[in-house]
Amino acid sequence: MAKSLKDLSREELMDNIHQLKFAAVDLNLYLDTHPDCKPALTDYNNITSDLKAVIAMYEKKYGPLTNFGGAESKHPWSWVDEPWPWESGE
Amino acid sequence: MWNYSKNLQHKVKIKNKDIRMAKFLVTQYGGPDGELSAAIRYLNQRYTMPTGSTKGLLTDIGTEELAHVEIISAMVYQLTKDATPDELKAAGLGGHYAQHDHALFPTDANGVPWTAAYIGTLGNPVTDLHEDLAAEQKAKATYEHLIDLTDDHDVKDVLKFLWAREVVHYQRFGEALESVYDLNKSKRIF
Repeated sequence: MAKSLKDLSREELMDNIHQLKFAAVDLNLYLDTHPDCKPALTDYNNITSDLKAVIAMYEKKYGPLTNFGGAESKHPWSWVDEPWPWESGE
Repeated sequence: MWNYSKNLQHKVKIKNKDIRMAKFLVTQYGGPDGELSAAIRYLNQRYTMPTGSTKGLLTDIGTEELAHVEIISAMVYQLTKDATPDELKAAGLGGHYAQHDHALFPTDANGVPWTAAYIGTLGNPVTDLHEDLAAEQKAKATYEHLIDLTDDHDVKDVLKFLWAREVVHYQRFGEALESVYDLNKSKRIF
C-alpha cells in the first residue's frame, strides 16, 4: 500500500522530487523535438501534476524551493535557510 | 528569465576526500568541453535558431547544462571542503589556493581559466547544431576519462548520470538538425 504524500519523510519527498523532475526534464527535451507525440505529452502532463503536488507538500513543511514569487514563506524569511544544495548534496 | 530550484538535479553526497580528483573534475566546470561551455554555447545559439522547436531545445538544454555546472561545483566544493593548504598543495591545487582559497573558480584541469574562445556561435543553424553534436561527444569522452580516474562510487555515480545526459542531448541535437534540413528543403523554390 503506497504511503500518502503527507506521511512521507523529508528525504522521501526530496527523492520523489528528484525522480519526477528528472522525468519532466527528459520528456520536455523529447517533446521539443517531437511536439506531436501524444503519449509523451500525456506522460509529461501527469508527471507535472504529480511533481507540483510533491513540491507543494515539501514546501508546506520545509520551506520554499523556489524564489522570486515561486512559493510563499513563513516568518522569518526561510528562502535563505541552510543548508544550501551544494552543502546538503540534494 | 531563469528559475532556480533549491535542489541539485542529481544528488551529490561525497564521503571521501580525494582532493586530486577535484583538480581533474574542474575541467567539466571551466574546461573546453565542460558544462559552462555547453550552457553558454547553447544559450547564445538559441537567439538565431529558425523555429520555435529549435529555440525551445537550445534554451532547455542550455538550462539543464547550468544545472550540471551546479553539480560539478557541488562535487568540487565537497571534495575540497576543510582541506588544509598542505593537503591542497599535495594534490596540485597549491596555485588554486594561493589565488582563490577554497573558492570555486572556472578553469580546466590545468588551471587555465574558462574563455568564450571555447564556444562557437556561427548564426547558421546547420553549423551551430554540428558544433553542438561535437560538444556533446567531447563532453561524453571527458566523463569517460574522469570515470577512469576514480574508484570512488559516490563520484562515479554522479559522473555516470552526467555521461548519460550527454548521450541524450546528442540524440536531441541530431533530431533538431534533421528538422532544420527538412525546413531548408521545404523552402527551396525550383
